[in-house]
Amino acid sequence: MEDLLVIGGKEFKNRLFVGTGKFANYPLMKEALLSSQIELVTVALRRVDAGSKSDNILDYVPESCTLMPNTSGARSAEEAVRIARIAKAAGAGNWVKIEVIRDNKYLLPDNLETLKATEILAKEGFIVLPYMSPDLSIARRLIEAGAAAVMPLGSPIGSNRGVKTKELIEIMVQEINAPVIVDAGIGRPSHACECMEIGCAAVLVNTAIAIADNPIDMAKAFSSAVYAGRTAYLTGVHAPLDDAQASSPLTGFLRIDK
Amino acid sequence: MNLRINGKNESINNVVNIRELILSKNLCLEKIVVEYNLNILPKEKWGEIVLQENDNLEIISFVGGG
Repeated sequence: MEDLLVIGGKEFKNRLFVGTGKFANYPLMKEALLSSQIELVTVALRRVDAGSKSDNILDYVPESCTLMPNTSGARSAEEAVRIARIAKAAGAGNWVKIEVIRDNKYLLPDNLETLKATEILAKEGFIVLPYMSPDLSIARRLIEAGAAAVMPLGSPIGSNRGVKTKELIEIMVQEINAPVIVDAGIGRPSHACECMEIGCAAVLVNTAIAIADNPIDMAKAFSSAVYAGRTAYLTGVHAPLDDAQASSPLTGFLRIDK
Repeated sequence: MNLRINGKNESINNVVNIRELILSKNLCLEKIVVEYNLNILPKEKWGEIVLQENDNLEIISFVGGG
């Protein structure tokens, strides 16, 4: 049976979600998305300066991708709701990654404002995926409020530090009956693999792919790592043991008994 | 006429409606969204809305983001 991730009524084969920031140019981004068969991407909204002639990023997002605008720049639930509505009105569909950040140094999310925005937007029919600090109680409340998944951070955005919150995320995976998607801080494919091995539903990676010397190949590396980790999880990863357990026969061989 | 555009006060002359404002700013009509006094305005309405003193506009487009 095919292993599909279902969120908001959509099926995803590829559990690597990709953020579209920081790519050197849009054609390169498009090639990276296409060559790794990415199925969900995030985009952001920004104020436009007079005379701006930059290309529309949406022209470079493959049609096979679900678009998930984020609410980056929002410092309150109210602002996040406003940004989500604008994105929807702009024709970006009804998916939204809620991101409410008031901390400029570590870019850590404000879980309470995130919950408030989730309540409002889920009621309006949005497919809501909130970016959050890993906290079981808040995750439960987010799901109760209508979130389609929760997206705990592995480590601060763009830090490449990996899954520093692993034990908290593992608890969430075990206790929450909804997809847990690690977002932020994943710096290398092994980090992504680690998330998948512990049962996360997907990972969202941006910086590590976008700023790689070759984003096309790096996207492939991440995609393979996500697949490897997912397969290992489904197959059953065994718990570590204190003592050695021989994998070869230990019966005497080439030894003369006295 | 004073308008608040993208959070900044601007003095605008010779512009009647939102469509003209966008064009005067040399922006591509296809690539942007306009929020007018906190309401999202469909493109069809841009030519109809006559700008008033102290109107608040946000002119927005999609960019890369994680």
